[in-house]
Amino acid sequence: MEENFEQTISLQFELKSHDFVQAGEASSEIRRRLKKLGFASDVVRRAAIAAYEAEMNVIIHARRGRLQVEITPRQILIIAQDEGPGISNIHQAMQEGFTTAPDMIRELGFGAGMGLPNIRRFADEFNISSCAGEGTSLKIVIYAGEG
Amino acid sequence: MISVRGYFHSVRLDREKCTGCVNCIKKCPTEAIRVRHGKAEINEQKCIDCGECIGACPRKAKYVEIDSLELLNSYKYTIALPPPSLYGQFPPSVTPGQILAALIDLGFDDVFEVAVGAEIVAAETRRLFRTGELKGPVISSNCPAVVRLIQVRFPELTKRILPLDPPSEVAGRIARQLKSRELGMAEEDIGVFYLTPCAAKVTSIKAPEGGLPSYIDGAFSIQQLFPLISRSLKNVQGRGRQQRASGLGVGFGIPGGEVKAVGRENSLIVEGIGNVDNALEELEMGHIEGIDYIEAKACNGGCVGGILNVVNGYVAQVRLERIVRELDQVHEPLEERWPNLAQLNFKVPRIRVEPRPMQPLDSDINGAMAKMVAAEGILRTLPGLDCGACGAPSCKALAEDIAQGKSNANSCIFILRERIMALGMKVYNLAGIGTRMEEQRGDKEEGEE
Ligand SMILES: Nc1ncnc2c1ncn2[C@@H]1O[C@H](COP(=O)(O)OP(=O)(O)OP(=O)(O)O)[C@@H](O)[C@H]1O
Ligand code: SF4
Ligand SMILES: [Mg+2]
Repeated sequence: MEENFEQTISLQFELKSHDFVQAGEASSEIRRRLKKLGFASDVVRRAAIAAYEAEMNVIIHARRGRLQVEITPRQILIIAQDEGPGISNIHQAMQEGFTTAPDMIRELGFGAGMGLPNIRRFADEFNISSCAGEGTSLKIVIYAGEG
Repeated sequence: MISVRGYFHSVRLDREKCTGCVNCIKKCPTEAIRVRHGKAEINEQKCIDCGECIGACPRKAKYVEIDSLELLNSYKYTIALPPPSLYGQFPPSVTPGQILAALIDLGFDDVFEVAVGAEIVAAETRRLFRTGELKGPVISSNCPAVVRLIQVRFPELTKRILPLDPPSEVAGRIARQLKSRELGMAEEDIGVFYLTPCAAKVTSIKAPEGGLPSYIDGAFSIQQLFPLISRSLKNVQGRGRQQRASGLGVGFGIPGGEVKAVGRENSLIVEGIGNVDNALEELEMGHIEGIDYIEAKACNGGCVGGILNVVNGYVAQVRLERIVRELDQVHEPLEERWPNLAQLNFKVPRIRVEPRPMQPLDSDINGAMAKMVAAEGILRTLPGLDCGACGAPSCKALAEDIAQGKSNANSCIFILRERIMALGMKVYNLAGIGTRMEEQRGDKEEGEE
């Protein structure tokens, strides 16, 4: 293998609405892999939490979606894309504590309105775009260096 | 007593007895065991001395390295440190006081209950929460297997471990200091011995992780002493010795006892190494909120479930719960029950547990990624049965071992069989047997027509 050839590992997870059996599997797998690869524990934790919140938002709020992860030695890129209701007011959705989760979901312990704010807090780069009635997509980057 | 780095482990393998079966490799929570050349091998860096493999081994090939009772002869004065779980090993008619008397009868010069150490640690924990120095979630430092699990698998959480020396060490220090004062004897002349219910405690004595040396000189197992204690119980004929610990301290031996003693309402109680692993993952992911204290024990049922006990853990738990209920009547603070102790003005020593993260696939991330990609390719060629016959706990683990150059594909009996068959075909073709046989078969078929 060449010295300066930079590896990339790509992962893809399909997500389904209200699939609470699979819920959390994708982010768990991402966490396991990052640990095995030897990323700093703080990088692993931030990436895993961001991935978890993105994963749960698709499962809770959208119809179906996909989590794509691209790992390189320098950064972890997480893209969450879904088909669903979308977010009409992104500014509002980003506020701590804002949620539209119904009672049923809140009884399961979700719906604190902290998911998106936490993603923004843990990510080094964060991008959200959404089209009401169509879907939402998130781009999250975690730098592997000291962060 | 200070440990040299280069991991000490109390869980050992008797190579003679090991038949190379796969029971232990599947039970290990850190996947630290491989069978190589027909014998189990434990990876020193990954092993947390939880003792799961000891229970899993049908041939009793795994054992705990404990001290020989002869060690008692090396000291002028000896003190036994009985943990709460010991009290649960005897029928309800036997009181803790009688057990302490029996320990003296069988040869120790004095006893000091670990439960007293537990009370002192609990009081200090309560104080630190009160002053605001401790903020939740704090994970108990009591179970050494849990402490090591955190170091290896959850390095980020080491800073959440209660920064106080655990009850056994506190008991050891106080016992030694009190006796040395009382007898005017040098501390080194006093031998302090822990009566252990588990492997993990032995490891924590020989190689403590909090940055402080151990104050305990050796460990004898409860199993080892049980017959001697039983005999001595007859000698003491029901006469007891003053027992000092209250129900709060003795309760450390059963689930929930610690939480009760530290007095935090919002607490989590987890037992069993697998459950602890799950709970810690939830904690690391930030899913456990509003929790002050986490009582986590590697053994099912807490320390009464330790592998070196004699009685079934659940039976011992019922017995210990009864003892705790009876002792709960004691309400005077420890200092009043034991004035000498107050004079000692003892401060619980602080510890700091450092992370000891699991080795990644390679020391460099790019290299590790190449190995992960390679392992995935290898995994696709393996049968996916996770049978363990290769000596690794799963096909995935074997694939990673191969990618790291620690094993090879022929370890998989299915791959080996395929390769031998392919080789057989080659030889067969090379020798021209194939063609001759085909001709023969052709003749025969013709003949049959
Ligand atoms: N993928 C999505 N599709 C549609 N709406 C979304 C999506 N993600 C978030 N939202 C909207 O944004 C709100 C805020 O999301 P956020 O993740 O911050 O909180 P939450 O999911 O409601 O609760 P928590 O994440 O704390 O469990 C949601 O309640 C929902 O209305
Ligand atoms: S739970 Fe108790 S007996 Fe079991 S390993 Fe931990 S300290 Fe030892
Ligand atoms: Mg959310």
